[in-house]
Amino acid sequence: MGDLFYLGSRYISHHRAKLLVLIFAITLVSWLPVAIQIIVDQTAEQLLDRAESTPLVIGAPGSPLELSLGSLYFRAKTPARLDYSEVKKVEATGYARAIPLYYRFRAQDYPIVGTSPDYFSYRGLQMASGRPVALLGEAVIGSKVAEVMSLGVGDHIISSPESVFDLAGVYPLKMPVVGVLAASFSPDDEAVFVDVKTTWVIQGLGHGHQDLNRQEAVGQVLKREGDNLVANASVRQFNEITSDNLESFHFHGDNASFPISAIIPNAPDEKSAALLLGQFQEEREDVQIVRSRRVIAQLLDTVFTVRDYIVVGIAVVAIATAIVALLVFYLSLRLRSGERFTLARIGASRLQVQILMATEVVFVLLLSAALAALLITLTRQYGISLMQQLLLA
Amino acid sequence: MSLEIEGLRFSYESEGFVLSVPQLKILPGESVALVGPSGSGKTTLLNLVAGILYPERGTISVDGQLISDLGARQRRQHRLCKMGMIFQSFELLEYLDLRDNVLLQARLAPGVKITPALEQQAKDIVAELGLLDKWRRPVTALSQGERQRVAVSRALLLDPPVVLADEPTGNLDPDNKRAVLDHLMALCAGGNRILLTVTHDHSLLPAFDRVVDMSELLAQEVA
Repeated sequence: MGDLFYLGSRYISHHRAKLLVLIFAITLVSWLPVAIQIIVDQTAEQLLDRAESTPLVIGAPGSPLELSLGSLYFRAKTPARLDYSEVKKVEATGYARAIPLYYRFRAQDYPIVGTSPDYFSYRGLQMASGRPVALLGEAVIGSKVAEVMSLGVGDHIISSPESVFDLAGVYPLKMPVVGVLAASFSPDDEAVFVDVKTTWVIQGLGHGHQDLNRQEAVGQVLKREGDNLVANASVRQFNEITSDNLESFHFHGDNASFPISAIIPNAPDEKSAALLLGQFQEEREDVQIVRSRRVIAQLLDTVFTVRDYIVVGIAVVAIATAIVALLVFYLSLRLRSGERFTLARIGASRLQVQILMATEVVFVLLLSAALAALLITLTRQYGISLMQQLLLA
Repeated sequence: MSLEIEGLRFSYESEGFVLSVPQLKILPGESVALVGPSGSGKTTLLNLVAGILYPERGTISVDGQLISDLGARQRRQHRLCKMGMIFQSFELLEYLDLRDNVLLQARLAPGVKITPALEQQAKDIVAELGLLDKWRRPVTALSQGERQRVAVSRALLLDPPVVLADEPTGNLDPDNKRAVLDHLMALCAGGNRILLTVTHDHSLLPAFDRVVDMSELLAQEVA
């Protein structure tokens, strides 16, 4: 038997290009439908879990889906703007604590999420090392951010400018990492958390610079009108908030009118949530309040429909591939008729000839099955994060 | 070890073909050429001796062992172990290299293992045929003459007492024809083997000990 397998292996090696194409095609059509099923199911489960843990979201009028995905996954590219004053208004209803979210900015590939300390207890996030954000300009990073960017407590993370060509735009802010979150296997692992005021500094609504009341700063002041000073361009602005310059940071304007992206109302019970929902839906047209589970479920309905179409399409391709594979095997057997004849004439048994001929088919099917199984295992493990990036990018 | 045929009859009823060999005896070390026009039954006789076809009547024996008495499986094993087969179109496996083609029959034969000693034996035969430098070369990279020498090596590896060759030089140019036949005859004579060859090439006949003209139905010794 060993000699026959050896001869079979020589045949396989000689025709490797043809067989690899076959193996690739069979593996692909075996793996794809299963992979789609796995990814869609896992995505649906994760999306619904996240949505269920965040029943209500408040944001500016617009797409409920965008608001839900933005506040759950921080992935919206240009989130609609909501005034910070809405936080106070939600709390004034007495039905919920309001957790602000401002996720407009990024540090490389990761969203910077400006929020309040309540967010961490709301999500049940634990610190793996360091401490929570306590001062303006400090950052706590998710476990994935720490892993990918090789950052830890004591390192710094810099916000990315929105456009390098916009001189009046957002300047990079260097933020010390004071804590790393334990892995929660949620979008929080891939976010950088700061105080919401820090995001306003990133935006340029607040800043710190040299003290213009110093004796040496006289030459930098162009005009004094009461409390208002106009200085020339030599005044140094700080791009990092430290204990030395923290005092110099200040905001121009009323915080209530500063922007945020969304509010998560943290209602103590379902009744309060329902009352808040009713109140906002009835009385407020300038903001929208959405039930994220319902929005995500609608999204999933679409995804499931698309999945079904794709699976049907792949099934058709799979049938075509199976027919082509059968044809290839049949033609291969036809081409090997001379070989079978020779083997029979020199004395090979019918069984020996059949084993030798079957080696090709068995090898292709076994290897395709093994590869498909491996890919399915990998899909179960990593497919979900890949799919999320595709869906939410 | 002699090859004896007695009162052999074989026919293809539908084609009206009848082969009849009253008597033919070939002695050890003897080389015999089977000649005759197409359809005279040369290849059929070769297949009957090889046990691929089964006679309607008569006997074929190799060293007293009646081939016609053996079952299909035993005839196959007899062919693998006791006979070397050489074909006009070489019938090498293109996906194997020279070494593996030479060892092919040995791999299929029951009770034969590919040992270093057997491989050395294969190398010796290949060296004798002047192909040792191409030992691991794919057979597709060999010339026609070289391929037929590989087929000769495959047929002789298990030291068979009978070598059956069906037009072994039919696809070769004149130079290669002569060279391959010389090698084949030398190797058969050296091993005291019977060589039974079908050929259409009358220029090669003087090299054989005996020529049997199939068209006459009765064996005629011309040399």
